[in-house]
Amino acid sequence: MKLVYMDNNATTRVDPLVAEEMLPFFTEVYGNPSSMHLMGGMAQRAVSEAREKVAQLLNAHPDEIVFTSCGTESDNAAIRGVLEAWPEKRHLVTTRVEHPAVWNQIPYLRQKGYRVTELRVDREGRLDLEHLRASLTEDTALVSIMFANNETGVVFPLEEIAQIVKAKGITLHTDAVQAVGKIGVDLAKLPVDLLSMSGHKIHAPKGIGVLFIRRGTRIAPFMIGGHQEKGRRGGTENVPYIVGLGKAAELSREEISRESARLKGLRDKLEQGILERIPRVIVNGKGTRRLPNTLSCCFEYVEGESLLLLLSDLGICASSGSACTSGSLEPSHVLRAMGVPYTAAHGSVRFSLGRFNTEEEVDYVLENLPGIVEKLRDISPFWKNRAEG
Amino acid sequence: MWEYTEKVMDHFRNPRNVGVIEDADGVGEVGSMACGDALTLYIKVDPQGRIRDAKFQTFGCASAIASSSALTELIIGKTVDEALTITNRDIADYLGGLPEQKMHCSVMGREALLAAIANYKGQSRESLASPLVCECFGVTEEEIERAVRENRLTTREQVTHYTKAGGGCGTCHERIESILARMRMEVAATAQPVPKKLTNLQKMRLVEETIERQIRPELQKDGGDIQLVDVEGNRVMVSLRGVCIGCPSANITIKSIEQKLKDMVSQDLVVEEVAS
Repeated sequence: MKLVYMDNNATTRVDPLVAEEMLPFFTEVYGNPSSMHLMGGMAQRAVSEAREKVAQLLNAHPDEIVFTSCGTESDNAAIRGVLEAWPEKRHLVTTRVEHPAVWNQIPYLRQKGYRVTELRVDREGRLDLEHLRASLTEDTALVSIMFANNETGVVFPLEEIAQIVKAKGITLHTDAVQAVGKIGVDLAKLPVDLLSMSGHKIHAPKGIGVLFIRRGTRIAPFMIGGHQEKGRRGGTENVPYIVGLGKAAELSREEISRESARLKGLRDKLEQGILERIPRVIVNGKGTRRLPNTLSCCFEYVEGESLLLLLSDLGICASSGSACTSGSLEPSHVLRAMGVPYTAAHGSVRFSLGRFNTEEEVDYVLENLPGIVEKLRDISPFWKNRAEG
Repeated sequence: MWEYTEKVMDHFRNPRNVGVIEDADGVGEVGSMACGDALTLYIKVDPQGRIRDAKFQTFGCASAIASSSALTELIIGKTVDEALTITNRDIADYLGGLPEQKMHCSVMGREALLAAIANYKGQSRESLASPLVCECFGVTEEEIERAVRENRLTTREQVTHYTKAGGGCGTCHERIESILARMRMEVAATAQPVPKKLTNLQKMRLVEETIERQIRPELQKDGGDIQLVDVEGNRVMVSLRGVCIGCPSANITIKSIEQKLKDMVSQDLVVEEVAS
């Protein structure tokens, strides 16, 4: 069966060049980077080179790169590590549309006695910067705001946000898991203190992430153990995966400006094609800056899970913010925060493109999607009434 | 990814009896687009009180569409009185089971059936008289009670999985707990073995359900756990986990598990502990 993978914001295919680079580090160069011998030295050099490549991708210093196990670990480490380093400050600012790795920490922190401000977004997903300005106080330990939204692809104006937050001398963290590799992230120009990224969103494997910690940032260590990662994250380095991430970072850096434009071309073709062929579709975040690869849209009078399963029958892999796909009963908190009506939010579908998608695949989706939507609308009790009325 | 049975997927991909009956004798509408699923059921009843035709329209996920389709297949040819005895569990069983978080789809089918029959009989929908418990999803006390009774529910999470009540803002959690507390005696009293002869499939499902709902929670309270390994005829093979491993009273535990399964499923069952 044909397979069209358009769920690259969920995870990506490991690039074969990345896998190839990793392989020797399982069975040949298997030393512990801490060991004082030939094998240890080889592993140590491989880790250093990978760190260098990740630093180049982000335009940071290698000693600011800390390897973690995933984006979620990086987010937890950043938030809890900073709060612990500023014990007298009891206030955190974040947004209503964060990834669960940040968002689900909010109730936990409130329970611990922290005050948390969740910044509003408007109907297009734009952040309320006045709300941000007004929320910062002497008591604010940390501001954590995502770079780009995983569901809608909406990109927040981090430069402006950083100006506002750094003017008050407050620590700023950004979850850039979706941004890195899709748009340029230049940490020499962007004064954030901490940044989370994840390997498996940029064609490295699952199980490796990074927390960038700018020199001079106050943060408590988050995994106490050996001296690895300068004592900030103990534990023997995951050498093969670190090597893989290094290679993925190198590939991403080489292609990013060209690839960004190519993905945007494909995404725009998909978006235009859908809007031309299918009535009653809302594109989420259409009026604002979005990641070039992400299309989130709501097909009214259709439920997202049904749509995904029928697409899947044709080999098309996408995802949805509908309630039914997640096991919760409420549609995605991101779409709700944007004020997308429930009636439309249940019919949301996200197509996220990546390195291996082709124009022919976009055409294949455009050929098949209208029939699927029509089939489901024909079953729906609401569609006919609406069409007649 | 949900694990749907082949039968669910078949009824989702090729739903039976989709459409509208223009001169229907009874129409039942439940759910809403805001809630994420909705079903309109049409029935045509002959003068002898037999359901001659049924059609549906559904907005919802795969299991909602499949449950609606299964419902129409179950009721066509039955008398109205026979149809009234169909429970949400019958709908789920017809489909070879539904994931627990999706049981509310089968309950929606059952509610639509009751509404269509009430409409046929010229009654206003009975549940309208019952007080609303969950405002987010519009679930009444009576609907919750029915789901608890027919599915022997014991926890608030189960009530949410079966009726959606409590799945939104959460302010009704206490009321759901108090309904459960009030009904606990009643549920226990009705939780006797089904007297009719069970098919193998029903027996396996009942064994699994009894272990999941009644035995596991008890063991877990003490730090133990149990896993159902296999069912062969009347032999139920389980493996004990957690602190149960190597516990000197493991034999007693196995015996009491066996007794529970005999009470709930069939007197012929024998429980054996196996290495997993």
